[in-house]
Parts: sequence; C-alpha cells; structure tokens
Amino acid sequence: MALCIAPALARAATIKGGLPWFPGAGDPPTPVRPGPWLFFTADEAAAVEALVDRLIPADELTPGGKDVGCAVFIDRQLAGPQGRYEARYMSGPFQTGTKQQGDQSPLTASQHYRQALAALDRACRDKYGDKAFAQLADAQKDQVITGLEKGSFKLDGAESSEFFKLLLKDTQNGFFADPIYGANKDMAAWKMIGFPGTHYDYRDWVERHNQRVTLPTVSMTSHPDWSQ
Amino acid sequence: MAQKLPAKDVVIVGLGWTGSILSYELADAGLDVIAIERGPWRDTATSFPISYAQDELRYRIQHDMFLRPAQMTVTFRNKPSETALPVRHLGAFMLGNGVGGGGLHWNAETWRFLPSDFVLRSHLTERYGANFLPADMTVQDWGITWDEIEPHYDTFEYLCGTSGTAGNLKGKIQDGGNPFEGARSRPYPTPAQKQPFSHTLYAKAARELGYKPFPQPSGNLSQPYTNPLGVTLGQCTYCGYCEWFGCANYSKASPQTTILPALLRKPNFEARTECEVTRINLDRSGKRATGVTFVDTSGNEFEQPADLVILCAFQLFNVQLLLMSGIGQPYDPNTGQGQIGRNFTHQTMSGVIGFFDKDKFNFNPFVASGAIGMCIDEFNGDNFDHGPLGFVGGGYLGQVQTNGRPIETTPLPPGTPAWGAKWKQALRDNYLSAVTATSGVHGSMYSYRDNYFDLDPTYKDRFGRPLLRMTMDFHDNELKMSAYLTDKFAEIVQKMGAKQVVKHVRKGPYDVTQYQTSHLCGGAIMGGDPKSSAINKYLQSWDVPNLFVQGATAFPQNAGYNPTGTVGALAYWSAAAIRSQYLKNPGPLVHA
Repeated sequence: MALCIAPALARAATIKGGLPWFPGAGDPPTPVRPGPWLFFTADEAAAVEALVDRLIPADELTPGGKDVGCAVFIDRQLAGPQGRYEARYMSGPFQTGTKQQGDQSPLTASQHYRQALAALDRACRDKYGDKAFAQLADAQKDQVITGLEKGSFKLDGAESSEFFKLLLKDTQNGFFADPIYGANKDMAAWKMIGFPGTHYDYRDWVERHNQRVTLPTVSMTSHPDWSQ
Repeated sequence: MAQKLPAKDVVIVGLGWTGSILSYELADAGLDVIAIERGPWRDTATSFPISYAQDELRYRIQHDMFLRPAQMTVTFRNKPSETALPVRHLGAFMLGNGVGGGGLHWNAETWRFLPSDFVLRSHLTERYGANFLPADMTVQDWGITWDEIEPHYDTFEYLCGTSGTAGNLKGKIQDGGNPFEGARSRPYPTPAQKQPFSHTLYAKAARELGYKPFPQPSGNLSQPYTNPLGVTLGQCTYCGYCEWFGCANYSKASPQTTILPALLRKPNFEARTECEVTRINLDRSGKRATGVTFVDTSGNEFEQPADLVILCAFQLFNVQLLLMSGIGQPYDPNTGQGQIGRNFTHQTMSGVIGFFDKDKFNFNPFVASGAIGMCIDEFNGDNFDHGPLGFVGGGYLGQVQTNGRPIETTPLPPGTPAWGAKWKQALRDNYLSAVTATSGVHGSMYSYRDNYFDLDPTYKDRFGRPLLRMTMDFHDNELKMSAYLTDKFAEIVQKMGAKQVVKHVRKGPYDVTQYQTSHLCGGAIMGGDPKSSAINKYLQSWDVPNLFVQGATAFPQNAGYNPTGTVGALAYWSAAAIRSQYLKNPGPLVHA
C-alpha cells in the first residue's frame, strides 16, 4: 500500500508559471507478491487461514477465504503502514470514552492481532484438549467464532468482540478489494455478486434499464484480453 | 526564529475550491497572490489516473486522499459535561488534504439553497411566530438576500458546467425542474445527466404520489464543456468512483478541472504546497493582519507578510486558526457571548434500503455517478407547512445511485448473518436488486447554543498546538424532522415495488464514527451584527478588516442541501466585493 508520506518529507514545493508535469510520474499501488509471511508467525498464519476459511467458507459460489487469499491480504496489510496505524492520531492520554467517540485504544492493528491470536490459541487449547484453533473441527471453529462475535468466548488480554470486528472487516475488505492486494483471487468475490470490476465507462449501459451488464469482469491488473 | 519572506499583496490559506476561486479573482485583478497549502500538489494524471483511480480499498477504506489524523485532527464530545477525546481515525466526516481540497473528493452535488434559507430566522418567525422555535435554537439570517447571491450561484455553475434542468427561470416555473428553487437568471450550462433504472423508477413512483421529481444538479457532466476560463471538462462515464475519489476522466468539476490550469498561467500567482499555516499574525493594534506564519515539512518556520489575508482552509481549520490567532472573541455557550466557535452544524442524514425481487429487478448499482439522481423538494426548507408538525427544517429526498463498490455497498436484509455461507448467499441474492438509499434523506441541521467549537485543553497537534474541540449532539427538532422525512421517503421506495423497505432512521446521540457527509458548517458565521457573527455579509472579519474568511465556516446553520454550490457562490460574492469595493478603499465594507 503506497501511502504518499515519505516523498513529501523535507521539502515544500513552489508551483508557478504553469501546471507541473513530470514524465512517468505516478503513485500506483504496489502489487502483493506471493511468498513468505511478512508479519504472521507460522502459528498466527495457521490460525488466520483457518479463521478466514470459516468466515468465507468454500462453496459453489467461491473458493474459501484461505484460497482466495484473505490471510495473505491481512498479512501484507499488517506488515505495512496500515498495520502500524501510521495515519492515526496516536498521542495520549488514552482513556475510554463513549461509543460515539470512537476507537481510543493505544494498540495498533498489528499489536491487536498479535495479542488476540496468541490468546485465541491459548483459550482453544484450554477448552478443546490442547488443540490450537486451526486444529479444531469446522463445527468447533464456528462455535469459537460465534463466541468471539458475541463476546462470550473470552480472550486473555484482548476484547474478543473487538478482535472479531477487526478480523471480519479485514477479511471482507480483502475479499472485495482489487486482487492486486492479494485476495479476491480471480475476482471470485466480484463474480459472485455480479460486480464487473474496475471498468471506468458505463455510458453504453446507463439507459439499458433492467438489463444485466454482460461485460467481462476486470481488475486493475487483469483483463481477459491481456496476456499475463 | 521564523524566516521572513518578501511581502505579497494577498496570502491565501488553503488551495481548495474557495482558495482557487479567490486566487484567480484576485490575481485577475492584478494583485500578487500566494496560496499556501498544507497538503501536496495533486493532479489527475499523476494522483488518480485511469489506471488506478478505481481502487476502493485505497481511497474509500484507507482514506488515501484525506488528511491523516496523525498530522491534524479534532477532539469530540456530545455534551459540555463530557471529556472530549481525539478523533483518532476519520469517521463522521472526511477532511480533504492537498490542492483541490474537498473539491477533489466530493460527489459534485451542486445545489442552491432556497431564498428563505438566507433569511431563516426572520422567515420562520414571521410564518410561525417566535415561540415556535426551540428556545436553545440559534438560527440566524445570513445578512444577504437571494437577489444578491443568485448571480454568484450562476457564476459558480458556469465555472463547473453543472448539469441540470432549470425549475424556475426568471420566475417562470419550468417543467421537469425543481419548482421550489429560487428564480435563476439562466438555465444550467449543460443538460441533466442520463438516469439509470432505479432513478426513473423512483421518479415514476414519486409522480404517482403527487410529487414533482427532477434531476439532481450534477457536477459530473452530461457532455463536454468549456468554461469561461477556457478550461474544458469531459463527459462523465458513470464509473461509480466519485465521492472519496479523484475523477480520472476530467469530468467531475474540481479546482483541477475548472480553475487551476488557468490560474497557474498567471505570472502573479504562486502556490506553495506541503506548508502548514500555523497562525495569522496581527499588528500591535490587533486590528490589522500582517500576514501568516507557516512551517514546511522539515519544521522550518517562515513568515509570509501580506496586505490581505484570505482564510480558505476547511471549515474546522478556519475556526482553529482564528482561535489560535486570537482574532475575535471565543464563543461561550454559558453566556451565549462571543463569535468564534458558535453555530456549529452538520447534516441530518437518513434513508432506506429497498429490497426487490431479484428475478424482476436488476439495478446495476455500479453504473453510477456521485451526483446523478432524481429528487423531490416538497419536504425541504419551508416548502411545506411545519405548523402541525412541531419541527422546522427539512431536506431533499432523492434516489442517488452513487456507487456499487462492493466493500461499501453490499446491502443485506435484516437478520442476515455477518459471515459464513448464508452471508455469501445473501450478498449474491441482493447486490444487483437492492436500492441502497441510506443517504436518500438529506436533512438540514439547525444551530443550537450548545453545539460549538473551542480549543481542547489536553490534546495537541505535532507542534504542541491545541486541537480544535467539537461539542455536538443531535437535538429533538432534527430527529423529529428526520423521522418524518424518512417515512415519506420510505413510501416512495415502497411504491417503486420493493418487497421490503428497511428504514435507516437517524438516531441520537451524534456519533463521530458514522459517516454523515463532510458538510461541516459554522464556527465563524456571517451576519449583520458583530455581536452574533464573526464576519460581515462580504465574509470580512468584523475585527480585522484585511482578513476574509471563506467557506461553509460562514453558514449560520445548514440547510437541507449539499453546501458546495453555496460555498462557491459566497466565494464569488466575496471576491466581487473585494474587487469592486475593498481594493479601492481598504477598510470595513460594513460599518457596524
């Protein structure tokens, strides 16, 4: 994720005499590459792959959350500025406020995952005969996730329902984001709902009322007519 | 120690819509103008080109174009009795950053307010009596009339190329337009945009219920247009990436697509980006601004002297700069005295989701633009009799298909699980056949004694300056208004043939995490009396006559429309007064 922070440091630009233009200038996103985990430990990755695979189970509509890349998406996000909450106001004092005042936690997203995932495996080992979350049967995994959602499955050192919200949001963001960020493999989520992707021109369709758009699904880096 | 720079005639603080308009108008008058902008330079080809502009994760979810709270934010509380806490992550409103400001990331809904909106207190008092208004409601007249502001709405619309259908041309009501609008001197510069299925269905249902639907005035253009400055915009392609995004097609009106190319050609204009103004400097009398102090990204401090200072930052930051510079008297909610910080308003948004039979309806929600739409105005402002209803205010009710971006717009019927196989099936079954109109009711928010700004006693920005503190809550009047309008809107969507209509009613308390438009207003309002307003009818500071404060900061209360049309009109009105009156005889344009 390219945030435009670094290039701005230590200079003020003066613009005068015409529109500034530089050949080849741009700020495109950095594509996620397959490869080793950048943030997760092996145990954390196993848990997250198992979690996303229950949040988005494989069925006739799409492959599961693991196979469409949701764990990879979350890993790459947590390893970067989003995981470090670089854009957030993170100065103290930190105090609990009303719901309307929003998140006041001093934890970054990556710290939140690290604490909650460790606590999740500890809690599962306690309850399910020394099995980590990833080793549970699907029905048990769903029980645990439902407990996290309701806040009834307690995590030591983390608020379970808050962690559930963060995990669900990140999983679903990855599922529906452009595949350039590592999930939504083959645009599976977009095809499932009938979103044709990143077309930038529907002038031919605006007045074709009540007709299903028949354009091929495309993303920022893929089009059926392009060679890979 | 600040390094002192060569003096300029005019320093403009912030290069969004109002900064661009004032820079152009004053450079055109021959003045030496410098604009200082906190964020980076942004242009279409580099910052949001067609190869990656359509990135929902980056721009919508991760706020790539917005001000990062790490750099600057505000604190928030509902009541003066609470401790305000920082807005650590933007939620209820988005704050632009960089050249173009909010004019880059808006939907481009380009409305005019109603003539009665500008004389609101007089109008409501005359029609309903003074006792009809809640005791703590602090609505005011603006100090200007419809006839004064109308030519400047016209100028802004012809700058933008706004696409729409006139409803009232020089007093004659026109078929197909908004019959409630104030008399306009000319038609819109370009015809209304084409409308997708859900809009025509909404308009048909509205007509059947006796209303007069009309196309929303749009800054996403129906056809190419060359404006009076010689800048050409392209035709909107209904891509569905407007609000939160920059437009890669040059078809959404913004400073970039309407003014900056012409402005940058003027040799007497200069923009300095990535520089943050930290205060307005005053001379010893406190009655004259001598310029501004700013810091660059290395933390080096500079002083920019100028004869005329124009505040064109976003509403919140205009107020913060006034408070931090010691200009005017800070507002005190206990006494109601003081001008800086009073009458802070936002919008009261609500709406519905209509779920339709998927075998009969396909709305293609992604075929969209930020400002297409069909609207009715029967329940806006004082277009209807509030007497029996017990509230004042209103809003337009519109079906505005802004997007089908799948992270944001995945409507699900109540009771759908949040994850798992049933969640997936519900997504598939509803995405194409739901009308997501959760912002279809664009309600006003009137001003109250206890909704205001001051400086936070605890939280600081990265330079150690106090953050602005917002104290804001919904009042019963707005919640009643919103409930009444939401019911009316739900009837129309029901009439479209929905099998289920789910109301999203606005409830209190005001929540800083729930997006409700970026239409923050007030804090240094215009008016006829220096006791109850910070600036006069020309947006000139009562206290410091060589300081003008632009933008929605000036609104005494917010109407049931998007504010940018009025912000642009006020900027042209103020610029005209500076050019025709102030420059000839610098000093107060209104004597209190």
